[in-house]
This record gives sequence, C-alpha cells and structure tokens, in this order.
Amino acid sequence: MSTNKVMQIYVDHSAGKPVDSRVIGAMSPYFKTSYGNPSSFHKFGQEAKQALETSRVNISKLINAEKPETIIFTSGATESNNLAIKGTAIRNRKKGTKILTSAVEHMSVVNSCKSMMRQGFQTTFSPVDSFGLLDLSKFEENIDDQTKLVSIVYANGEVGTIQPINEISKIVHANDSYLHVDATAACGQIPIDVQKDGIDLMTISCNDLYGPKGVGALYLKDSLRIDPLLHGGGQEHGLRSGTENISSIVGFGKAAQIARIEMNSESNRIVKIRDNLIRGLIDPIPYAFLNGHPVKRLPDNVSVRFNFIEGESILLSLAMSGVFASSGSACAAKTLQPSHVLLAMGLKHEEAHGSLMITLGKQNTQKDADYIKELIPNIIDRLRNMSPLTPKELKK
Amino acid sequence: MYSDKVMDHFTHPRNTGEIPNADGVGTVGNPTCGDLMTMYIKVKNKRIEDIKFKTFGCGAAIATSSMTTELAKGKTIDEAMKISRASVAESLGGLPKVKMHCSNLAADALHAAIKDYKEKLEKAKEVKK
Repeated sequence: MSTNKVMQIYVDHSAGKPVDSRVIGAMSPYFKTSYGNPSSFHKFGQEAKQALETSRVNISKLINAEKPETIIFTSGATESNNLAIKGTAIRNRKKGTKILTSAVEHMSVVNSCKSMMRQGFQTTFSPVDSFGLLDLSKFEENIDDQTKLVSIVYANGEVGTIQPINEISKIVHANDSYLHVDATAACGQIPIDVQKDGIDLMTISCNDLYGPKGVGALYLKDSLRIDPLLHGGGQEHGLRSGTENISSIVGFGKAAQIARIEMNSESNRIVKIRDNLIRGLIDPIPYAFLNGHPVKRLPDNVSVRFNFIEGESILLSLAMSGVFASSGSACAAKTLQPSHVLLAMGLKHEEAHGSLMITLGKQNTQKDADYIKELIPNIIDRLRNMSPLTPKELKK
Repeated sequence: MYSDKVMDHFTHPRNTGEIPNADGVGTVGNPTCGDLMTMYIKVKNKRIEDIKFKTFGCGAAIATSSMTTELAKGKTIDEAMKISRASVAESLGGLPKVKMHCSNLAADALHAAIKDYKEKLEKAKEVKK
C-alpha cells in the first residue's frame, strides 16, 4: 500500500495504544536486573513481590477499590472477562443458571456467555436503544431470581456510549445478583469508582492505559468468591496461577498512576477535538450520522457513518493519505459480519457497512482533526459517485 | 494487504459510471452483505464496445469491478463469458483469501449483463416474427 511518507496520523486507539515512555522506563529494570520470581524467598523474589504489590496499590487507587488485594492480574481484558463470567457463573451454579448481559458487549463477553450456554446456562442479551444505551425497563424485565450474574460494558469502545452503571447496579443488587462490568475502554478515560458505582467485578485493560499489551486485571470485590480458569501454583490468591508477568505488571501500575493524575486534563483536551471532528464530519456531508450518544460518550470516540458507501473503502482511502482508522464494516473484519454493536442499535446492515471509527489518543492534536476533516468529504464524494446506491441528487 | 495492482484499480478505477442506453445491464450482490455491483455493456457486432460499472463495496470489490471492465472491453461476448473470478483475481496479482467472495461478483455481474443482452436480443427477434 502506498502511503504518504510524511503524514502519519494514527486514530485507532481503541484497537491499540502506544506505550508511554515513562511506563517503559519503569518496566526496564524488571527484564535484566530485578528478574526474580515473586514466589521466591530470597532478595530477588522479594524485590519482584514488592513491585507486584506496588502495582496492585496503584491500580486499586485508580478505581478506588477498597483494598489492593481486590486486583487480580491476568493476561488482558479477554482473560478478565472470561474469568469474571465463567468463574462467577460456575461458582454460583446452584443458586441460579441465568446470565444477563447486553447486546453491545465485546466478543470476549459474548463468547464467554455462549460457552456457558453450552454448559447448561441461559444467557439473555438485553437490548439497547438507538444511542446504544441499555433499555433499563427491558433490563429489569429480563432479570429474575435465577439470574446470579449480570455483565455490562461500562462504555462500548466502538461507539463510545457510556452506560448508566450506577442505575444498573441498583437493579442488579435489588435482585441479589452480582454485577461484572467490562471497563476496558472506559477505565483511564473517565473516572471510575467501583465502590460508588456498586461494581462487584470489573475488567481493566493495561494497553488502554498506555501500558503494554498482554496484561490486564480483574477487580474482585473483597468478599466475593469465584472459580479460577487456570489451576497451578496458586498465584493471585489462587485465582490466576502462573508466574506473574512482572515487567508488564510494573508497567501497568505505572500506567495506572499516570492515568489517575493526568486523566482529567487529557480527557478535557481530547473531548474538544472529538466534538470538533464530529461536527466537521457530519455537518458538511449529507446522509452522514453520528453513531452512539452525543453526550454520554467516551472522550476519544468519533464513530460516524456515511450512507451509500462501504467502510473498508473509506479506510483504504484514508490510509493512502496517512490516516489510520477503523470501521464496523464486515469487509474490514475477519468475520465478514458487520459490527453486532451497530446492528443492536437498530442500524440496517448497509448502514453499518458505511461506518468509520476514529479513536483519538494522547498524541493527536486539533491539527490532525483538521486534516481528517479536509480529507473526508472528497473521499466520500468519490466513493458515492461510484456507488449504485447513491441517490441522483448527491452525484457530482 | 492488497497488491499494488488492486490499489491502483481502487485508486484509479477504469470505466466507472453508467451507460444510458445500455444493451445489457447486470446487477449482482446485496447491500446487506456489503457488496453490490452493476455492469452496463454496449455491444456492437457481438463485441463489447463499451462497458461501465457502479459498485458499492470494499476495496477489492471496486478493484475487481474495474479490472473486469478492462478485461472485457473489446472482447466478443463469447470471450467475455470466459472471464472468471479466478482470471480477474489473477490479473490483479491475487486477492486476500477472505476477499475472493467479492471478486466472484465482478465477473458474475459481467455475465449477468451479457445474459440480459442476449435475452433482450431474443425478445427483439420474437417481436419481429
């Protein structure tokens, strides 16, 4: 693919983020100098153990967890979601075999629930409205005394819609169920307080905090017991056996510390660029729409759609001008299915195909947004002129 | 992920547009699946004198449409019927595996346009009788 050598604008941060150089700095001693195993008795082991516990403290502070011990390190958000869902469902099997989740979850939640269905559990995927917000009255209808586990995304990474976790939590706890929240996209962007929000289990991703990939955590409320997925030497209070990935966990702790201090100012900065970009993409182009909620929205998320054209063609055109984004189109995915999130919000297949997902990050500036705003109208015009679906009045 | 040839045809697609009084028109695909193509042909002395396309779809869908028109232009309709998904993909220097479905469509749209042309011809003959 021929790309402009000079211009490189990366706006696919929900897919992957660069690692903060302060994080890399914090990690580096744990490769060659402090390489001990935290389970070892000696100095090297104790050094590693101390680093592990310091990270736990930093992560617990970011989400205002009651104790550092509530943080269980995993290999990432996918494992945390699997552990939360399978571990809670199996542990409480005798009390009830129903799982309640939403129609806009990450595939690691969807497929964990489906795997439990093969084990005899029932799963209900509660619907959302056209903004992607959980329909609370239907949600309340869907919860019953057999429902022991509820899993809801804090904010969907694809369309950015932030769920009313506090209200959801009240419904869940009135029903004597446990609430797992997938905060992969939300944590580090918006303030989260697991105690105030009434969250029992919560998934956190490290890369989403500008830390390394391949490490994550599950917050597990102090008194709660779940079954592990991995059995072995009993690390992480027996919930996640395997020698801890110390260097990455140290990076995770540092990333959480930075996020706690810098989140507010960074989010305020990025929200301005987000809103400017949304308006700049939608206002000048006919049949262009915002996906997700205009206000209850993650600071980084610009998800829009253009009717009559297909998303991968937009991505290719953008990439040729040095802009790297994402789409909910089937053609840009492995599955050849458009995003289930967009379909759950009531979009038709052909509408979902025309989506463009831009997720902003720390290195993006208003200049980047201006460049994208300049590029997009020409790309849309060119593709629409080629499309048999475009109405005559739009052709140029 | 795409070959240079695919990118060239995606960036500079040949023969886009419609032919107002086309002798044959073929549409295949479905916007629900993300691919919809229409081919228009103008036939003279059993040769494809002009061909144009309209495509809604991914980069591969646009590139294969463009390549198909380029392969078909100037060919007799019998020769054009031999253009296949495989020959289109090959002319583009290959396509990613998941995209082979898209490349099916361009040749299919051409064949549909030729079929439409033949049917119109038959009908015209019947009217004359």
